[in-house]
Amino acid sequence: MNYIRITNHQTIPVSDIPELDYNSFFELNTGFIFDHPDRHCVNYFGYHEDNHIKLICCIADDETHEIYVSSCSTAIQTRLQAFTSKLLCFEKFEREIHENFGIDFIDHPWLKPVRYAFNRADKTKTIANYPFFKIEGEELHEVGVGPIHAGVIEPGHFRFICNGEQILHLEIQLGYQHRGIESLFLTKKSMLQRATLAENITGDTVVGHTTAFSYLWESLCGYQASRDVHFSRTLALEMERMAIHTGDLSAVCADIAYQLGSSVYGRLRTPLINFMQEWGGNRLSKGLIRPGRDQFPFTSGLAERLKNIFDAFEPDFNEISDELLKLPSVLSRLERTGVVTPADVQEIGAVGMTARMAGINRDIRTSHPYSLYPELNHEPILKHHGDVYSRVLIRRQEVNQSMAYLRKLMNKLPEQTTTNTELGKPKANSFTLSMIEGWRGEICHCAITNEKGDLVLYKIKDPSFHNWLALALSVRNNEISDFPICNKSFNLSYSGHDL
Amino acid sequence: MFDNLKIVFHQGKQFIPDVATAKVPGIFRGRPIISGVQVNEAELQGLCPANAIATKPVSIDLGKCTFCGECALRFPDKITFTTDYKISTNEREHLIIKEGVEKPVEVNPKTVRREIHRIFGRSLKLRQVSAGGDNSCEWELNAANNVQFDMGRFGIEFVASPRHADGIVITGPITENMAEPLRIAYDAVPDPKIIVLVGTDAISGGLFADSPAIDRGFLDQYPVDLYIPGNPAHPLTIINGLLDLTRKKELIRLIHPV
Repeated sequence: MNYIRITNHQTIPVSDIPELDYNSFFELNTGFIFDHPDRHCVNYFGYHEDNHIKLICCIADDETHEIYVSSCSTAIQTRLQAFTSKLLCFEKFEREIHENFGIDFIDHPWLKPVRYAFNRADKTKTIANYPFFKIEGEELHEVGVGPIHAGVIEPGHFRFICNGEQILHLEIQLGYQHRGIESLFLTKKSMLQRATLAENITGDTVVGHTTAFSYLWESLCGYQASRDVHFSRTLALEMERMAIHTGDLSAVCADIAYQLGSSVYGRLRTPLINFMQEWGGNRLSKGLIRPGRDQFPFTSGLAERLKNIFDAFEPDFNEISDELLKLPSVLSRLERTGVVTPADVQEIGAVGMTARMAGINRDIRTSHPYSLYPELNHEPILKHHGDVYSRVLIRRQEVNQSMAYLRKLMNKLPEQTTTNTELGKPKANSFTLSMIEGWRGEICHCAITNEKGDLVLYKIKDPSFHNWLALALSVRNNEISDFPICNKSFNLSYSGHDL
Repeated sequence: MFDNLKIVFHQGKQFIPDVATAKVPGIFRGRPIISGVQVNEAELQGLCPANAIATKPVSIDLGKCTFCGECALRFPDKITFTTDYKISTNEREHLIIKEGVEKPVEVNPKTVRREIHRIFGRSLKLRQVSAGGDNSCEWELNAANNVQFDMGRFGIEFVASPRHADGIVITGPITENMAEPLRIAYDAVPDPKIIVLVGTDAISGGLFADSPAIDRGFLDQYPVDLYIPGNPAHPLTIINGLLDLTRKKELIRLIHPV
């Protein structure tokens, strides 16, 4: 076989990944996805190996619950046929490989810089000179926004090409947040440092990224987490989903000037994140998840407390949500605004909520289950219109769904068995892939170790990496004044993308 | 209309009446206390992911600390984190908590620039710049403005344009790619202006301090007026820090004598 089938969180020897010549590599991976809507690329990256670049491509299959991994070795100065010439979903992965290693891809639409990484191949390219797409014309004008935005949010530059009030094209330039996290994973040696780095990938998905790192690390060290560890992680993941979705609903309300909704959702988020502080000492769950450990056991007292919080939260949340979704002035702003068609979502390989709002059933919790999700029989919530309304509705229903899961989980608290296990050294010459469904969508971490068991590669992919393009497509032919609600309805991560 | 009024009625009053004395729920890692107990200091120092712990005598630098709490978990007799969230100060060295010294972290009114109280004492408008922040401090800055913490009631608000601002609030370790936009934003703020650093990443670079993608040159050129530590900083830490810097508490006490 010219590829290897692995499951989520599985560690394999690197040598088990078949190495192909580029033509077979190209045919294999584009062939996997072509005409297979249930498959998508979860990670495609390169790294230096001796004097060559090794490319590794990971394709997830939702039907078989497996990931197909294959590799290819190529010289640094080389020109290769772009996967993108056949499938658009590889577009950004190839841009990233081009930026990092200088490999030229033939028939790629435009090999623009992704994040101006400090270790990029071409240092003459600087963030101040990004090559924007331009259209000349007397009726058209450009609007530039950012990197610093009006609100208290992260930096990124948006360049609109407009005809009057109507947006024809939006290009999103990122990279301002680049902190070199992937390199720091290699230079910071202690497990605690790496776990803390994982927490800081993006502060709104602390649990998602730290859980992805923890499962990866445990798998690399050959450790099987006990039930209470799985329990805490599942609980924290769903709590994070509830809290952020509630906060996002507040932000959408603020952008359509529905002040009451904004205030009520904003205040409803507080008891949820304050509970995370009661549990682990931090409102954003930093310090809660660690490999091999359940350092803040979930006691029956905490369970009682959370049940009470839910009992107070639920009626208030449903009251404001019912009101929001029946107000004509609200609906007129949400419905048919910022539409991304299912075909576009499929083509760009969007993941998570962004895929589900257009009817595409893509959810790692069901396709590549982990933690206690197999027991929950999770059914992803799907919407079909791909507009802001669908994204708001998904959030509302996922909050209720997560709450039901949490109540179910808390009916049976696990016995506390973990006694702060010290994990050993990672296995030598190994490859691990770890996927988690964060609240935005699929988070994928990959690691490769050398013969001493030291990390030689740590690759992070936040769902935003796929989904930023969905935002750019959603605003086409919309009024520029609707951009803020389109943006908030996706709420993508800058720091998770820029790393 | 009536449904909306019903919701308003159901929600009732949400604001925290006194932000200086409010209690935070559950465990919270605020100002640490270091006891005189003898421990293996080298092990303690090596434990810290951010090199925030120094020895002889043992001290923790809150400007570097990521508040992960590992030291307190492993050495509970030596280090305990209290729920004291008032840990903002205008002097960098006040962030270093020393063994056996148990006193609050405070703004030193003697070293605060005189014009800050005179000009910004009643109203302070700030422009926030995220320079590599991970969106957690940005989150908490936004939370400081929600209906519960309601920083706006003290006349402290975030504005969209640096031209309308009295100073900038920096989050994140200052990435190389954000160094130039940060400088442009700062230059656009009219004088006199203040600089506030929020979060461990902004104060010391945190875990990213030795990353080659960081450029902290900006901070070598301009004086910092307030350090608000945390990972992320708690909204109450932020509000109390800003109130102490502008000496607004005196004003509040004048209007509402206790």
